[in-house]
Formats: sequence, structure tokens, C-alpha cells
Amino acid sequence: MTTDVRTPNRPSAAGSSTVARAAQERYKVIDSDLHPSARSLEDLKPFLSKRWWDHLQTYGYRSRQGLYQGQVYPKAAPFAHRRDAIPPEGGFGGSNLEFMRSQYLDACNIEVAIMSPLNFTGQGDDNHELSAALARAINEWQVECWTRLEPRLRASIVVPYEDTALSVEEIERWAEHPHFAQILLLTRTSEPLGRRRFWPIYEAAQKHGLPVGIHVFGASGHPTSPAGWPSYYMEDMTSHAAACQGMLASFALEGVFERFPGLKIINIEGGFAWLPAFEWRLDKHWERMRGEVPHLKRPPSEYLREGLRISTQPFEEPENPKHLIDIFEWIGYDRLLFATDYPHWDFDDPATTLPRQIGPERMQQILSGNARKLYRLG
Amino acid sequence: MARYVVASVDDIGIGERKLVDVRGRPVVVFNINGEFFALLDRCPHQGGSLCAGKMTGLVEAGAVGEFKYSRHGEIVRCPWHGWEFDVRTGKSYCNPERLRVRQFPVTLEAGAQVVEGPFVAETFQVTVEDKYVVIEA
Repeated sequence: MTTDVRTPNRPSAAGSSTVARAAQERYKVIDSDLHPSARSLEDLKPFLSKRWWDHLQTYGYRSRQGLYQGQVYPKAAPFAHRRDAIPPEGGFGGSNLEFMRSQYLDACNIEVAIMSPLNFTGQGDDNHELSAALARAINEWQVECWTRLEPRLRASIVVPYEDTALSVEEIERWAEHPHFAQILLLTRTSEPLGRRRFWPIYEAAQKHGLPVGIHVFGASGHPTSPAGWPSYYMEDMTSHAAACQGMLASFALEGVFERFPGLKIINIEGGFAWLPAFEWRLDKHWERMRGEVPHLKRPPSEYLREGLRISTQPFEEPENPKHLIDIFEWIGYDRLLFATDYPHWDFDDPATTLPRQIGPERMQQILSGNARKLYRLG
Repeated sequence: MARYVVASVDDIGIGERKLVDVRGRPVVVFNINGEFFALLDRCPHQGGSLCAGKMTGLVEAGAVGEFKYSRHGEIVRCPWHGWEFDVRTGKSYCNPERLRVRQFPVTLEAGAQVVEGPFVAETFQVTVEDKYVVIEA
């Protein structure tokens, strides 16, 4: 006796079946969200001056919110990792290049992965000089410990975003380095990211033709939910969409794209199904209250249509896959970028995540075509 | 349907599990207090390896503010997205009818029986004195 399985032959990145491997060979993948990690702060020591190393040992961070050394919410899995992504020697997932190669780069047929470091980056720290020192260290570390050793990896310019001048300095340091694919911000900053104080960052991004990736989280002291600090990790995860919408409304309505028409931003790890309704609502308000934002010449959604790309992870899983295809169509297939979020527990496997019904061309477009254009990967 | 000898009973202690290969398919065999169960080692959601998942129990609540923890060691959580599967049935807790992992019937056979056949046992020596885990697949 055997029980019925919904999709018994689904290819799997973790499975050993050669059939599964062959099936996924067809699609190359450009991953817009990979998280490498230092094993500990010690790994960054070679890239920090003695002044900042001593400072960290003596005083530590100056976070804008509590629990800065732990997780604000328990993560359901160690360090929010896929349990099988913890390397053989232990520690953080994404901290061992060899293991990453076999479990992820090779197994998932990754052509290029854009790294978004989140550990030890100092982003959002209230000591802006320390934030800048850590950003610089993490940027050097990305090159020395990752991109120089593995040609499939690309770095992100981590910036101390609470200080715009220091951020621009960091962008100028790396912008023409061929290993860097984007500038990295987080969604929850002390003020919404469309505000003018941040504009020099976008000016530098436009000047160098670098997209700006905006990943969820950010230790700004603001809860993920506008309703206040929630009780559960599940609320924290679900509320990212709300934080993303606040951030994107700011981008659209402050006129960032009117001022920087070449700017491209990427909303990373906030899901995507909410985007059409959000854009419909923005346009509806604009039609009635356009005078409040006369600097906008077009409906807000048109700016976002051109300037915003959105990563697919964590993927939406409606009961009826037709609904998913409707959402893809409302958003536009050219705006979707596949992301795995490896090594985190909400990892999406490129071999199984996208619905086959969209056909091979659109599959390839989301898995790599849109990203190839955006990150100028040739 | 053939019957495959995949391990000796002593290979998999109580609370342990072992990944075996059955006709090229990865199968994970669990020992829950001396009872053996076999599941395809591929989560029906996105394909995570259940063998790498955490063994846990069921947390349930009759009402808000209450909780009951039961069946310790009988539930496996997928290492990727945390889907919970009942090792006894292969059914997921949240969507038992639609999302279930393929289960294989398991029997324990005496070595003397195994030597007589008709079993497939290519990978190791069978001795008459021991007991073996046999999977029907």
C-alpha cells in the first residue's frame, strides 16, 4: 500500500535523482538574494582599523532598537536558516564557500548570485562612523573572501544609510569595481526612504547605473507593522509587506523617480502579491489629490512601473495557481526577479517554485532574463 | 512491487533515522520506539530532504491560553519551510489531504527469512541471526 503524493516527480535541489538534475539544467538562474555570512565578527577584523576593532570590543554597537545582539523575534529555525544549510563545521549558513558551492551554486544551477550581506554590516547603527567602518569592512570582505574566489558571486555596496554623505562616499569607493552589482539598503530606516535626505544616494546610483536593492528588515526602532510591535514571528514576517508599501509610497510620492528617471530599485524579500492593489490605491488617490504632489507628472504607478523591480521570494502560494498568474500579469513579467534567499529557511527552490503554466520563455525571463538586464550582466 | 532489504534493525536505534536508496529513490527510515516507518526523502512542498529535518512533537491548544504537547519524536519538520509531517502516516499537519509525503510499507524480517527470499538485498551481507528492515516499493 502506498499513499498518494501530489507531485511525486518534482525535481529537487536537495534530492540525488539525476532525473531531477536534468530537468533543471534547462534554466539558468540569476538569484537576486543570497546571504553570505562571516563566521563571526573576527572574520572582519582584517578589514577594520584598530580604532574600530577596539571600539567594538569596548563599547559594541549603538542600535536604534532593543535586542540588537539577538533576534527581535525567535526565528523558527537556527539563525533563520534552512536546517540543512548549516555547514559541516557548524555556525552560520552561507559562511563556507565550498559548502555553498555544492549545496546551492551547483545544485540550483546558479549562473550569478547577488549577495546581500545582513550579518555584521552595521547598517542602521546610530553611531554613523561605526556604521561606515563596518560597511566598508563588509564590502572589502565580500571581494576578498567571496567574489575573488567565485566568479558566480556579485557583491552589494553596503552603505551606512543613516548618514547620506558617508553612504555616498562608500558608493564612490566601489561603484566602478566590476564585482559590485547593486547598492544595498533595508526597508525600515529612521525616515521613509523617499525623503530628500537620501537623494544623494540615488543620484550616485543613477550616475553609476547601479540598481538599489532594498531588503526587508532594518533596526530603525520602527516595528515591521504600522499597528505596533506584534507578538509573533509570523506577524513579523507577514507585516514586511506593510513596511514595504510605506517605503514604496514614499519613493513614488516624494518624486524620487521624477528627479532620477534612470533609477532602478528592487524590493527584496517582501513577497509580491500585494503590489497590484497597492499601485491601484496610489493611483486612485492621485487622481483625486494630485495637487498635494504637483511634482508628479504621471500616476504614481507609472513611476513604479519603470523604476521598481520586485523579487519573488518569499513566493506566494494561493490554492489556485491561476490566481498567481493573474498577479504576475498585473505586475508585469518584466518586473519580477527570482530570489532564493539561501541559506534562510524560507528559501525558494528555482527548480520547483514557479508555476510551469507560465511557459518556458516567461520562466527564463523571471529566473534570469530580467536580472541579466537590470544588473547589466551581459 | 518488490521488497527491498534496506538495513539491519540494529543499524537504526530508537529515535534515529537512516537515509537509504530504493531503486534510485531516496527513502528515509525512522525508528519510533521500535516501530519502523519509511517516507520518501523529498518534501512534497518544494523538495527539502526530510532526513535533515528536526524530529519534534505536536503542540496543540484546546483554547486560547492552553497548550498540549504530545507525540514527541513522531513528527518531522522539513528543514526548509518547516512543514510538519506525521511519520506514522506521511500526512502534513496543516493540509493532510493535499500535502502528504509518500510512505512505503515496512516490515521487519528475520535473517533466516531474508536469506530465503524473494528479497532484493544488494548492498550488504545478511546473516541468519539478525533482523532486517524490509521496504515494499
